[in-house]
Amino acid sequence: MKQTTKTSYHIPVGPIHPALKEPVFFEFEIDGERIVDVNVKLGHVHRGIEWASRKRNPIQILYLAERICGICSYCHPAAFALAVEDAADIQVPERAEYLRVIQGELERICSHILWAGVAAHEIGFDTVLYLTWQMREKALDLTEYLTGNRVTKAIIMIGGIRRDITKDMLPKIQDALKYFKDNFEKIRHIFLDDKTVMMRSQGCGILTKDDALKLCAVGPTTRASGVKKDVRVDQSYFAYGDLDIDCMTPDKLTGEVNGDVYDRIIQRLLEVKQSIDLIEQCVDRMPAGDIVSEPKIAKLLAQLKRVNGEGVGRHEAPRGEVIHYVKFDGENESPYTWKVRAPTYNNILPWIPMLKGEQIADIPIVAASTDPCMSCTNRVAITLGSKKYEMDKEELHRLSVEKTRRLMK
Amino acid sequence: MAKGLTKSFKKALWVYHCNSGSCNGCDIEIIAALCPRYDVERFGIRLVGSPRHADVLLITGPVTRQMEDKVKRIYEQMPDPKAVICIGNCGNTGDVFYESYNLVGPVDNILPVDMHVIGCPPRPEAIILAVAKAWVKLETLEA
Repeated sequence: MKQTTKTSYHIPVGPIHPALKEPVFFEFEIDGERIVDVNVKLGHVHRGIEWASRKRNPIQILYLAERICGICSYCHPAAFALAVEDAADIQVPERAEYLRVIQGELERICSHILWAGVAAHEIGFDTVLYLTWQMREKALDLTEYLTGNRVTKAIIMIGGIRRDITKDMLPKIQDALKYFKDNFEKIRHIFLDDKTVMMRSQGCGILTKDDALKLCAVGPTTRASGVKKDVRVDQSYFAYGDLDIDCMTPDKLTGEVNGDVYDRIIQRLLEVKQSIDLIEQCVDRMPAGDIVSEPKIAKLLAQLKRVNGEGVGRHEAPRGEVIHYVKFDGENESPYTWKVRAPTYNNILPWIPMLKGEQIADIPIVAASTDPCMSCTNRVAITLGSKKYEMDKEELHRLSVEKTRRLMK
Repeated sequence: MAKGLTKSFKKALWVYHCNSGSCNGCDIEIIAALCPRYDVERFGIRLVGSPRHADVLLITGPVTRQMEDKVKRIYEQMPDPKAVICIGNCGNTGDVFYESYNLVGPVDNILPVDMHVIGCPPRPEAIILAVAKAWVKLETLEA
């Protein structure tokens, strides 16, 4: 019998790009163009955010939480506020609950549109990147109009929200929503009917329902595999209990669930539509009243200082469920402990079943389909025996674009 | 446009963006500056994928301990003349992370910074202004 030696390449990806709170290190085992195995290591760099919280009071922590991630700058302070309210038994005024939903859904629209652009860029479709980011600017304009800032909004407050939406602000919101609806159709057509996008995304990076459940994937990643898991539906918080909301899964549009990249695109587009609808519902049904339970910050801090207990806050961020846990000891102003679990943490492990058996050129789009921070893939070094050469993100991107061109022929 | 910049620019400015542990806030504003609303590409400003091609280094984030040598290496790989722009409060002062045990920043401690852009995150207009000022520096050096 002829002896064959096993020749496979190892491609380490990362970990030096601490772009997000969880910089990652991947080691791909490659046989030719096929990915045989993927190994993931987490927890390389951190900025000591949870540690810093031990010296600060809950209001200061709101700003700290906001800077965990610049793209999810609403959902982290929101989950933290929920946790503190849970611990301190603070009742939030009803109007504030509706305003919180509006802000949350606006962030979801921003984030999903941003993602659509990045995904298009990964398969070499830069025109769509510019088109979607033009749409995103409109969403940012609305954010700026409602909160006063484009990215870090500082809109949430323990026990309520900082800014009200008055009657004279409504026409601008409706204008923006109308703009989203008109342009949504354009984006839907590009992503769902375009031959190139279909060729690159259908049957690629499949995550089965079983795997999604086993690996605890969250958010659009798990819903695209047919798991009906959405904090907004499962646990009634903010004003979601009063609103007409249902778990979105891709079969609502196509009638079947494949769990591939294409389904994750459909999933996010459906969610943008759902968010527009939710904002409209909120604007219609918002009751009058206070927007914050305790407007005097000194009084609120004194109240929080006396709290002895723990609380959990769960919020459905654009990328999935974010959980904050906070514990007060009743003596100090700063919390005894604060723990954050961000959605990308759960969505990294599903990369393993998604990437197995795929080609190197598919790494960018498959990885991007879970909406992580792609800067992790900025540097790839290929080890071939003792020879080492580097492959950067541009090289990966070039491979990806070339594959699109090959398929078009 | 910044004072001192000639009407016809001598060269197109290529920019390399390095994230040293930031929260992504500044990074998306940099991309926003490249996209249709602000569209800096019409001035020839381009984001490039390698520091070896770049004239200007945009650095975001408070520089975590693990990133220190990588940031230095990127700076050394850039050809002269070069300019460094530090974007965002956390790179300039540490911002909310100022006392963290895992930071070696501000960026001033590690690299010679030419332009400081303040804001958390700064608006795209502020980033574009800083790049235009860097342009002045490079053109003055060349003359």
